[in-house]
Amino acid sequence: MKAAVAVEDKIVRVLGEGGEVDASKDPRLSDRDLLTLYRAMLLNRMVDERMFRLQRQGRIAFYIGATGEEAAIIGAAFAMGEKDWVVPCYREFGAAYVRGFTLRDFFCQIFGNAQDLTKGRQMPVHIASSRLHVLSVSSPVGTQIPHAVGLAIAAKIRKAKEAALVFFGDGATSEGDFHVSMNFAGVFRAPCVFLCRNNQWAISVPRERQTAAPSIEIKAKAYGFEGVLVDGNDVLAIYATTKKAFEKARSGGGPTLIEAFTYRLGPHSTSDDPHAYRGEDEVELWKKKDPLIRFREYLEKRKLWHQDRETKLMQDLNEEILSTLKEVEQIPPPPPESIFEDVYAVMPWHLREQRDQLLRWLEERKKITESY
Amino acid sequence: MPEMNMIQAINDALRVEMERDDRVIVMGEDIGKFGGVFRATQGLYQQFGEDRVFDTPLAEAGIIGTAIGMALYGLRPVPEIQFADYIYPAFDQIVNELSKYRYRSGGQYSCPLTIRTPYGGGVKGGHYHSQSPEAYFIHTPGLKVVVPSSPYDAKGLLISAIRDEDPVLFFEPKRIYRAVKGEVPKGEYLVPLERATLVREGDQCTVIAYGAMLHMARETVDLATKKGIRCDLIDLRTLLPFDIDTILQSVQKTGRVVIVHEAPRTCGFGAELAATIGEKALLYLEAPVLRITGFDTPFPYTLEHDYLPDAPRVLAGIEKTLNF
Repeated sequence: MKAAVAVEDKIVRVLGEGGEVDASKDPRLSDRDLLTLYRAMLLNRMVDERMFRLQRQGRIAFYIGATGEEAAIIGAAFAMGEKDWVVPCYREFGAAYVRGFTLRDFFCQIFGNAQDLTKGRQMPVHIASSRLHVLSVSSPVGTQIPHAVGLAIAAKIRKAKEAALVFFGDGATSEGDFHVSMNFAGVFRAPCVFLCRNNQWAISVPRERQTAAPSIEIKAKAYGFEGVLVDGNDVLAIYATTKKAFEKARSGGGPTLIEAFTYRLGPHSTSDDPHAYRGEDEVELWKKKDPLIRFREYLEKRKLWHQDRETKLMQDLNEEILSTLKEVEQIPPPPPESIFEDVYAVMPWHLREQRDQLLRWLEERKKITESY
Repeated sequence: MPEMNMIQAINDALRVEMERDDRVIVMGEDIGKFGGVFRATQGLYQQFGEDRVFDTPLAEAGIIGTAIGMALYGLRPVPEIQFADYIYPAFDQIVNELSKYRYRSGGQYSCPLTIRTPYGGGVKGGHYHSQSPEAYFIHTPGLKVVVPSSPYDAKGLLISAIRDEDPVLFFEPKRIYRAVKGEVPKGEYLVPLERATLVREGDQCTVIAYGAMLHMARETVDLATKKGIRCDLIDLRTLLPFDIDTILQSVQKTGRVVIVHEAPRTCGFGAELAATIGEKALLYLEAPVLRITGFDTPFPYTLEHDYLPDAPRVLAGIEKTLNF
């Protein structure tokens, strides 16, 4: 286990695996912030569990979650400013959530209904919110990375004190878009923070098959900037490292690559079965490092948390999830003509023609179906 | 009114837009101090500085990928891809990201950027400095595809493209960058996108062309006139969305159509035009719609002028259509 030794040597960690804090690195968040973080992480976990069940029940088509990676996602987004930009991969509901994207927004998107901000145009979890400076998720891996660099370069051109945070997985670091983006960011000293959630698995392919390098953060060196290896299951370490990277970016210090060393505790998505390619022993090992457990133990040590509060919060969140679901499931799908909207700013003749064809055909189809 | 060639007109359009709107920025390979391998951006770096006119690393996917981010931020990037033949590394960014961004975000975001790129053959460029890849992009919902054929149109269309809310692929026929001159007004003016123009009028046959081929087609139509054959000649200018009204009006008058482009024939833009004309004007047609195009081969080097449609081929096509 050479790689593991290399990791232990340089990894940034604030919380030990029993929740003990390294006071010299503690970002000293207020009690309120700590509890906000914990609530968001727990909500994210519970939403994942509920959505997997919904998919198995056939109520939603697909889901892709963040289980095990909540600290990396939520801790990083929590370190950003309001005007900064989040450029998500497909596990970043939690990042949008701490910026104000609601559970209702999320569920409307998952059901692709008439109140979905993205109008039912994409698969579940492919969120977007321009109001919250959260870019649009696309399924292809790594394609969002240059957009973050572009946002950052633009902010620099406009002399705005904004920076971008882009999320991606270890698999994405094999894509050309990752390397091109790192290179552009280095050359232009773009105020961009790259956050690689190294969850060890790209569907069924292990990290070792993505790169022969001992780590991912080391790749930053070749592009002329700093890489940092962080314990991705330590929400305080992620928060502190991201905050520092943002401060550096805003003061003209250029980009940072953060490798959040973590683990995908669940399957890649509802379409995956990890039993086919990885052992339970490995999963069990990582379950002991669960970011929620570690953070909770820290909060308990700080006397901010105890079992009664945990039980109460879980009940509240469960109630919120269920009541939101109940309401959202009643919302109808978007109208058929919306297929043709937003392709162009103004609908051109051929789309107007096709829209009218579809609407006529739907009428006809109704008659035909009724005649069966 | 000053006379300009197409390169000067494009340069002028960029300057006019950059002076008018400080969100307009120009980026690409060799476009800074050097002014571009064809000099389309000459003098812009000196006038607007390196914040707004900058060379990038040599990576087309990065140029377009970062330009998308800049457009999402609120800038109006005008990236240059040095040759259309080199656009493919950026294909995924254009097809999967740029073209779909407004749609997939439910209209929350838009990507108003204009990709300028020299295209087409006839310059001894071989496979990789001669291609006409417009059809790939015309097949992609969300993009607009524009091809000017004159300095006047190049400037007016480019200004319209930069101001457009949708992403535009602006294919510049490099063969006529300097070969064609014309009067170009100073300052700003717009040539509307999505409108074709009738370059010659006649009632026997409709010839449809764009880009460098337009000039050859005009020469052919003039030759035909001398032989007593009267043709409408349509310069499409915007290929997506194309100007169906101008085409149908002409076809209803002439009943015969010859489509000219230098891109390969199979699934080339001519196929789409022919199918659309068939769907909408079959009963007006007196002959099959004919395509005079490049062949379904890679673009050849030594024999490029046998590959490219020329006046005798187009004239023979017009006669064949008339004698059907």
